[in-house]
Amino acid sequence: MKPIRLRKQKEWIIEKAILLSGIFSVVFVVMIFLFLLREGFSLFRGESVIDFLFGKSWYPISNPPRFGILPLILGSLLVTLGAAAISVPIGIAAALYIAEIAPRRLKEALKAGIELLAAIPSVVIGFIGMITLGPWIKAFFKVPTGLTALTGSVTLAFMAMPTIVSIAEDAITAVPRQYREAAVAMGATPWQTTWRIVARAARPGMLAAVMLGIGRVVGETMAVMMVTGNAAVIPRSFLQPVRTLTATIAAEMGESVQGGPHYAALFAIGIVLFIITFLINGVADLYLHRSRR
Amino acid sequence: MVEQSVKFSVRSFHVHYGHYNALRDLNLDIRANEIFTVIGPANSGKTTFLNSLNRLIDLVPASRCSGEIKLDGIDIRHGMEVEALRRKVGIVFALPLPLPISIFENVVYGLRMQGIREQRRLDEAVERSLTEAYLWEEVKDRLSTPAMNLSGGQQQRLCMARILAGQPDVLLFDEPTSGLDPISTARIEETMLILKDKYTIVLVTNNVAQAARVGERTAFFLMGEMIEVSETSKIFTTPADKRTSDYITGKFG
Amino acid sequence: MHPRLTQKIAHAVLLLATLLVVLPVAAILVIIVAKGASAISWDFLFSMPRDGMTAGGIFPAILGTLYLVLGAIIFAVPLGVLAAVYLVEYSSDNWLSRLVKLSIVNLAGVPSVVYGLFGLGIFVTFFHFGASILSGSLTLGIMILPVIITSSREALESVPRHFRTVSLSLGASRWQTIRYSVLPHALPGILTGMILGLGRAAGETAPILFTVAAFYLPRLPQSIFDQTMALPYHLYVISTQVPGIAENVRYGTALVLLTLVLLLNLAAIILRSRFRRKKKW
Repeated sequence: MKPIRLRKQKEWIIEKAILLSGIFSVVFVVMIFLFLLREGFSLFRGESVIDFLFGKSWYPISNPPRFGILPLILGSLLVTLGAAAISVPIGIAAALYIAEIAPRRLKEALKAGIELLAAIPSVVIGFIGMITLGPWIKAFFKVPTGLTALTGSVTLAFMAMPTIVSIAEDAITAVPRQYREAAVAMGATPWQTTWRIVARAARPGMLAAVMLGIGRVVGETMAVMMVTGNAAVIPRSFLQPVRTLTATIAAEMGESVQGGPHYAALFAIGIVLFIITFLINGVADLYLHRSRR
Repeated sequence: MVEQSVKFSVRSFHVHYGHYNALRDLNLDIRANEIFTVIGPANSGKTTFLNSLNRLIDLVPASRCSGEIKLDGIDIRHGMEVEALRRKVGIVFALPLPLPISIFENVVYGLRMQGIREQRRLDEAVERSLTEAYLWEEVKDRLSTPAMNLSGGQQQRLCMARILAGQPDVLLFDEPTSGLDPISTARIEETMLILKDKYTIVLVTNNVAQAARVGERTAFFLMGEMIEVSETSKIFTTPADKRTSDYITGKFG
Repeated sequence: MHPRLTQKIAHAVLLLATLLVVLPVAAILVIIVAKGASAISWDFLFSMPRDGMTAGGIFPAILGTLYLVLGAIIFAVPLGVLAAVYLVEYSSDNWLSRLVKLSIVNLAGVPSVVYGLFGLGIFVTFFHFGASILSGSLTLGIMILPVIITSSREALESVPRHFRTVSLSLGASRWQTIRYSVLPHALPGILTGMILGLGRAAGETAPILFTVAAFYLPRLPQSIFDQTMALPYHLYVISTQVPGIAENVRYGTALVLLTLVLLLNLAAIILRSRFRRKKKW
């Protein structure tokens, strides 16, 4: 029989390790922010935060270099809004269908299909978008290049939709049965129940779904890089190439000198991205908690 | 009257769940080798009391206890390890709760946790405890089959064997027959009467008639307080408190 | 308009929307298989590239992806499972556990390119690991940590409460209860999460851009401090930066990556539904 004291000691070590593992998540978040700051902060010795955020010119390799990220912010914004405009209505509609209307076996198949869509790597989606959607847009709209903000929006919509659909579907399914039964008892048709009662009750969860979908779009890198044309200028329409914050980092890091201003600027963009997604996810999580109560 | 030794002594014992006072100023003794029954309506604190005797109450996140409970003169909170306490004080729950493993593994679970591994000792413990629980003949040929395949009554007896394997001092029963048919109920009650020679038994029951059948002393709990405690025959014929007689005669429940 | 008619129209619109979400998956698969299947051969999958990547195979990229994914799992699974155990079995609803949960949500939302920056800043630079399998695996590992933690949490929470109560009432300690009465029954769910994490790590490009990936390496990596090729990065480069590569080779590379990722996810989905049906309690 194992001596009890030895076992107690072993268990004490294991339980401390478990506690540490839990805390590690917090540590990682803090570390990510700190290391971004560490490499990006040197930029702000030579340039003010305002100039960085609102400067209209991103010329990192000119002499002297200009590090204004407004074009990049607007590029991200344009692509994100376009993707949201497409994916939110379609995604919510699909979530309603799957949760409320689809028969059970179809529902399982659809949910699996959506999970598979979510699993497709972004580089593959970017590849397809670049090769099929790009030329199509070029021909249809008669523009010089098919790699535009619109292309980006459509492509990214496909990446946001699975997130929106699955989280919204969870929220709709979680609406208590009593709501539906009460509506039916008052003579409502299934559609009236779904639209007027269930959808309204699931609103916080659906809002969270939309925010998380948008958060995913904002953070997307590879697909965006491959389909939006990579022109770091202030966009004037959907049908011209743009550059997003994420694509800038990925595309230009290889060319930058470690420790130099360009390098720091890219890390500074990372800080901006980190803060944006931190806020979006934080608010979405708040809504999710409100919907679960 | 032969003076029996005291198994549990409870003094000024209170339990709070957050702000809710579930058990107020409890003072009583439970004597060795007796069947002590606790009766009372729902939310009277019976299960809280039972769970305090083996410190399962600690699992409730917002619970706070004050006062003192001693087992054989030793404080159960400050004088011993909680695992040692729970091995001495076993509990059978209202629903049969076998673990999703084989019959054999269910019975030896507590022993394995103590570190006992020799097959001979485990085999011997299994046969002994299943016999004590009156289940051995029915399952001796299928010890390695899943325990979930047994009937409700058999599962409950398996739960008893599980505790007996560790040779405890006290057996706690929390409404053990509320989910069982009359025949299984009768068998469990018979088993309790036989077991009391070796063990101290504390039985919480919703079934007043069961207390009358089985208990030697009975305590009546109401809304977190113990109203009275005495010999079962006395409580049922001449209770000291009007609330006790109202409950027993069914005026409220 | 009559309510029944409204309903018919509404249902049709919703069905249409659902198809719009799901059919493109099928379309993407069909296109990639159709155009890429012709490139798939034993040679393509298992031999080294030749002639500046215009001929030969993508074996180093496949191997590299396997190494990176394995490394990510080795790092993320023990840490993630223990963190889930902390959240489900040990934490109470206090400020610390809420902070931990918030952190996990945030880790899940950090853009993949920011993970790349982080990996560059800490593993490549600060720890001086350089661009290497080690840096890449660690970066990917932190990225998939939320996936592992979330699925392990669900698996642990699905184990009935009374297993714990019964085990503790028989005199087992808290850790013994977890080890013998909770974890074994949560294992299928944890495994599912692990497979999902594998699939995620295999497909990511941005985290490995700065931490490990190289386009053309003359030989296979010999140690964890070497750089390596990887499928997602390879696909990116040959479709955007290298002219003269046959179209079916591009599609073929996409096909290999897609097959790997989808097979992993499919395995997880099947495992999860079989586990739900076979539960013994």
